[in-house]
Amino acid sequence: MVLVKKNAHLMPLVGTRTNEQKGAKEMVTLTIDGQKVTVPANSTVLEAAEAAGIHIPTLCYLKDVSQTGSCRVCVVEIGGRLQASCVFPVSEGMEVKTNTPLVRESRRTTVELMLSNHPQDCLTCLRNQNCELQKLSHELNIREVRFEGARSSFPLDTSSPAIARDPNKCILCRRCISVCSEIQGVNILAARERGFETVVSPAWQEQLANTACTNCGQCVLVCPVGALVEKDDTEKVWKALADPDTHVVVQTAPAVRVTLGEEFGLEPGTIVTGKMVTALRRLGFDAVFDTDFTADLTIIEEANELLQRLENGGKLPMITSCSPGWIKFIEHQFPAYLDHLSTCKSPQQMFGALAKTYYPEKAGLDPGKIVTVSIMPCTAKKFEAERPEMQSSGYQDVDIVLTVREFARMIKEAGIDFINLADGEYDAPMGISTGAGVIFGATGGVMEAALRTAYEVVTEESLDKLDFTEVRGLEGIKEASVNLNGTVLKVAVAHGLGNARKLMELIQQGKAEYHFIEIMACPGGCIGGGGQPIPTNTDIRRQRMAGIYAADKDMPLRKSHENPAIKVLYDEFLREPLGEKSHELLHTHYVPRLKYSEVEHPEAKEETKRGTAS
Amino acid sequence: MEAATRGCQCHALRAQDERYKRLGEIIAQYAGQPGALIPVLHHAQEVFGYLPHDVQVLVAEGLDVPLSEVDGVITFYSLFTSEPRGKYKIGICLGTACYVKGAAAVLEELKKQVGVDIGKTSADGLFTLEVTRCVGACGLAPVMTIGDDVYGRLTPEDVAGILDKYIQAEKNGKA
Ligand code: SF4
Ligand code: SF4
Ligand code: SF4
Ligand code: FES
Repeated sequence: MVLVKKNAHLMPLVGTRTNEQKGAKEMVTLTIDGQKVTVPANSTVLEAAEAAGIHIPTLCYLKDVSQTGSCRVCVVEIGGRLQASCVFPVSEGMEVKTNTPLVRESRRTTVELMLSNHPQDCLTCLRNQNCELQKLSHELNIREVRFEGARSSFPLDTSSPAIARDPNKCILCRRCISVCSEIQGVNILAARERGFETVVSPAWQEQLANTACTNCGQCVLVCPVGALVEKDDTEKVWKALADPDTHVVVQTAPAVRVTLGEEFGLEPGTIVTGKMVTALRRLGFDAVFDTDFTADLTIIEEANELLQRLENGGKLPMITSCSPGWIKFIEHQFPAYLDHLSTCKSPQQMFGALAKTYYPEKAGLDPGKIVTVSIMPCTAKKFEAERPEMQSSGYQDVDIVLTVREFARMIKEAGIDFINLADGEYDAPMGISTGAGVIFGATGGVMEAALRTAYEVVTEESLDKLDFTEVRGLEGIKEASVNLNGTVLKVAVAHGLGNARKLMELIQQGKAEYHFIEIMACPGGCIGGGGQPIPTNTDIRRQRMAGIYAADKDMPLRKSHENPAIKVLYDEFLREPLGEKSHELLHTHYVPRLKYSEVEHPEAKEETKRGTAS
Repeated sequence: MEAATRGCQCHALRAQDERYKRLGEIIAQYAGQPGALIPVLHHAQEVFGYLPHDVQVLVAEGLDVPLSEVDGVITFYSLFTSEPRGKYKIGICLGTACYVKGAAAVLEELKKQVGVDIGKTSADGLFTLEVTRCVGACGLAPVMTIGDDVYGRLTPEDVAGILDKYIQAEKNGKA
């Protein structure tokens, strides 16, 4: 057997609030609306009501993410008093009423007060029809707002290429703060000022683009309203498609095929690759390609880079570089460790570079007329595409990046009946891929794909079992060891930047005895990316992951080095892995960034130390 | 690293500055203790008079607290300020009584005369303009305070003359 060590459980994916983790076995019985319900003693009233099939409206509460008890929408009557059920603990014999005049009036007043300081922009809001405030006010049967209040007028923040903030729509639920600090450990957003002046923003009201924000978009996924949204680039794509002089090429990321269907009412994890390809053709793209192709290519380059580092005593552990949120994180937070990163560009950027060199050469096109669009599960990809390092074709390699949500809006705008589309096929050669490319979409996938190839390249034996299950799943940090001809290769996988930080701290302390580490910025990997359909939560992530592994199983080829189009690419164009052309087009470098804007932190640290020492 | 060679001089300046040394000591004294942030900010403000951005960063780093949280605390509590303070604090009351008697017009005139918005300090460092809660002199509404002095029954026309007293005193003091 290949794997010699079981994966260790270092950190849970999110929060610590599930019942198993609280370690409770004791049960209590309480009465909710006259109905007896028995639940673990450490449950909240909200959880107990759920168990009893009673729905309590919530707004700030978000399972696994945020439990601040701040909005008071979830109030219920306990002993004649109103209590926030999302944080109120159950007790033996407790009597709870969830539907009394007092409760209804209180909830209504709470929401009406919110609405009185809310721009009534629903008709033109990005979250129209997928907004929790809208839904709530409908659910509570609010037909008028009895209060007239002052309206906040904060400036919009459109500084970031990935994320737009409209603090005027913010309802101060603080979910984004929880996700950014507790799960991602980036700590960009916080509440500042007080009372009417309260605003959720970066420190010093700084513009997002000037902070250490990673563009991961996890805050966008949890925002109940339109206060945090992706930067919408659909108009740019419409324009390119309408221009008869351009040749518009599109690539679709691995994780998109198992999530796009959700935008059209399908179950999370439904594989819609064929419909997606057809939709892209209907929209008018001139060539429909797959990022999975360059995911396979990434594996070839990265596996070779790893083997080279192992042989030549290069910097180890080597860490993957596919996730632009992770890249920006390490650049800001651990700038001294950038040489641990693989120099491989992400599959999106490898694709962009080839789409304006190899592809036009082969197809006899003018590279200056090619527009490359990518459909990504990610907001950070928008930032990545604009990085100055990403112009190795002589042009900006990737011109426009759309999230899954934006892409779905275009399909709807075009009046395409997505559900009933016939399956289409990707174009050759850059649409040809293997199952190893598909699994890039889930945490552990890059590692698994790399191991499939590294094992066969090093041992010259074929793998009997392709599934490296030890690196799959939602545990925060996963470990495995693989025996490569007597050398034990130790690997680790982390997803979510909070977990990434843990691993980096181990490296800092010299305690990380790994050779190779995969890190994805988003919990669950790209299937949980900041550009995915809303909602995205732990259960949905699981379903999408199942879709990814099912798609891998369906592929006739499941190892990157077996991709025939990749073989041709090397024969005709790149010549060899890590060769001159590869270095020019497929590899990159990273830039150290500041932890805070304006002030340089290592210097500040020194100062403090000096003061301390004396 | 790139940034360190960018030619920023604040490092060298700070090294000679006793206040930063003192800040380092304060942080060292509290580091690792729960609830350290507020007392440290308190002491830091005593040392510096206000909480400039670089001090906030030093506190964040020293206590291992996110900068966004430091900023959140500073902006939440009105006793903290990240703006330098002028020699005299002008406090104009906007309580109900003062408001009804025309405090808003007085405030507008103050802004014009001092040349700054609420919370800001004049370019000469003499005045910081602030809105205060009721000072308990409603009989004199509208009321403002400058340093320890209280002025009542104000009209916008009074403002220039009152401010001038302080400006002249400053000039004479310096001469
Ligand atoms: S955030 Fe929701 S309620 Fe507010 S304008 Fe947008 S859709 Fe309407
Ligand atoms: S995009 Fe990510 S890093 Fe930036 S504010 Fe949102 S959660 Fe934080
Ligand atoms: S920006 Fe969105 S998630 Fe953050 S506090 Fe405001 S409403 Fe909540
Ligand atoms: S949902 Fe319980 S307080 Fe907001």
